[in-house]
Amino acid sequence: MIAKELVVIGGGPAGLCAAIAAAESGSRVLILDRSARLGGQLIKQTHKFFGSENQYAKTRGFDIAKILLSRVDTFADLIEIWVEATVVALYPDKVLTVVQDGKYIKIQAKAIVVAAGASEKFLAFENNDLPGVYGAGAVQTLMNVYGVRPADRVLMVGSGNIGLIVSYQLMQAGVKVAAIVEAAPRIGGYKVHASKIARLGVPILTSTTVLRAVGETCVKQAVTVKLDPAWKPIPGTESVHDVDAICVAVGLTPLTSLLAMAGAMTSYIPELGGYAPILTDEHESTLADVFVAGDAAGVEEASSAMVEGRLAGLCAAKRLGYPHADFDDIVSECHAQLAGLRNGPFGCKTCAGIAKMREVRDHAR
Amino acid sequence: MKQEIPFTFDGVPMTGRVGDTVASALHAAGVMKLSSSIKRHRPRGFYCAIGNCSSCHMIVDGKSNVKTCVTPLRAGMKVETQTGKGVVR
Amino acid sequence: MLDKFGFATPEQVASRFFTEEVLKKPKAILECYEDIPCNPCVTSCPTGAITIGPDINKQPVLDPDKCTGCAVCVGACPGLAIMVAQIKEDRAWFKIPHEFLPHPAKNELWDAAGRDGRLIGVAKIEGVVLSPKTKTAIVTVSIEKAQLLRFATVVTKHA
Repeated sequence: MIAKELVVIGGGPAGLCAAIAAAESGSRVLILDRSARLGGQLIKQTHKFFGSENQYAKTRGFDIAKILLSRVDTFADLIEIWVEATVVALYPDKVLTVVQDGKYIKIQAKAIVVAAGASEKFLAFENNDLPGVYGAGAVQTLMNVYGVRPADRVLMVGSGNIGLIVSYQLMQAGVKVAAIVEAAPRIGGYKVHASKIARLGVPILTSTTVLRAVGETCVKQAVTVKLDPAWKPIPGTESVHDVDAICVAVGLTPLTSLLAMAGAMTSYIPELGGYAPILTDEHESTLADVFVAGDAAGVEEASSAMVEGRLAGLCAAKRLGYPHADFDDIVSECHAQLAGLRNGPFGCKTCAGIAKMREVRDHAR
Repeated sequence: MKQEIPFTFDGVPMTGRVGDTVASALHAAGVMKLSSSIKRHRPRGFYCAIGNCSSCHMIVDGKSNVKTCVTPLRAGMKVETQTGKGVVR
Repeated sequence: MLDKFGFATPEQVASRFFTEEVLKKPKAILECYEDIPCNPCVTSCPTGAITIGPDINKQPVLDPDKCTGCAVCVGACPGLAIMVAQIKEDRAWFKIPHEFLPHPAKNELWDAAGRDGRLIGVAKIEGVVLSPKTKTAIVTVSIEKAQLLRFATVVTKHA
């Protein structure tokens, strides 16, 4: 068993900011990430970020990853990094089991920040398991991380920000986007993203969904259908698209499996993307000294994930006896930034989710 | 052009590039089917590319259930299609 | 329209433009029609011509008297929702963001599209500046003046 002070699970925007904030406070930190490089999903975000300067607005996602990693590098004496290290178990006594290089390693942590991120939701339709039906994020990973052209012609399912952004990036990679279909009567993501695609001639078909994928060994066609106001398919409105890939961008769900395994309380909160952990305002779960930040705490934007990570890192470090010199100021600044990011019509969904989470929390007390 | 990495897929020699995972190298080589469903043996490609789903499980260097989408490609790797649940050795 | 198809109505577009008299000089057109948490246009503007206020979810407002048409905001806007417009004699001039390779080159003719993606004519590329920092090219184009309120972008090199 290896003893560690603070263990951060996940080296994405939330985890990196948690590690930086904890190291700034004076804590020793171990970052665990299952992939070969840190940065989480930032490394495939080639678009400029929204938000304010505090969250690196107008900087492209992969450049934000570089900024955060260079900050991590300045704490080389305090921050230790293990990559290709998958946390496969978390126990209530803060023992973690990590698989690295085929070996199981047990770690006893004093405090933990779970920043495991989220996974893509799936959609039920005929033949949805055919090769060529991809999560939109997977396509983004293929083209932007590995430089592999994912397909020739794509149907995008879902018009949230991920569906819109990935459609645009597919076009930048020279892939034809046949259409974006959206089951709701309105486009889900930012209209500025939608406008970028509309002016390039890609139709965004609202009140429309994918009915089935066609093909024997891989996708050859996609059949879409219009939906009535009750979201029921309207017979006779099917149309066939010749595509070799169907991208599913129907949202993300928090990765809470480790928290659930350790017995931390979670609750089904649709506004936060599914089962979300019950947290204090300092982002501590119902397990003492186990904090949660980023999409694992409820699906949102990377900008808020970074602020949440900072908050959780500061609070975890304080718990370990390393209060930051400006702890109170930075914590209230983090809360102010989060409130600012969540103030608009898009943020109100998150606020509703957090309100529900707090209700569950207060009821449980 | 990035340096090439030789590997085999079901005995066929292939090449990937530095920075590839096993799954990205296979996709670049036109291999869409990575695994098959356990009961009906329906073809499966990858879905998430970040190690969350289990759609890309393959046998790599004799080891079953390797998540090929997050496994960096290394020279000389022997990649094989897995049928069923795999074997623990 | 914007909610359903992703492009603004002619009325929305017109509300962000200025009179021909004002547009004798280049002015930024802020096509941000939705409250989203974002303010790089404000922080990037060297003359303080753009305001959002304390709540970054509000939409930006341009003071045309302060705007010099420098196009710094065009490269800063994460939503690619800003263009600079100017009327020079019988042609409308624009500075637009461009993020596709190959970028246009000066003096080339490119097919121009409206906000709905329909082709509206041929635009002349008057200049291209590639910012190494934002990695967004700012392309200066001109098109016949009648397309002032319809022009959105250039899509492909004119055959």
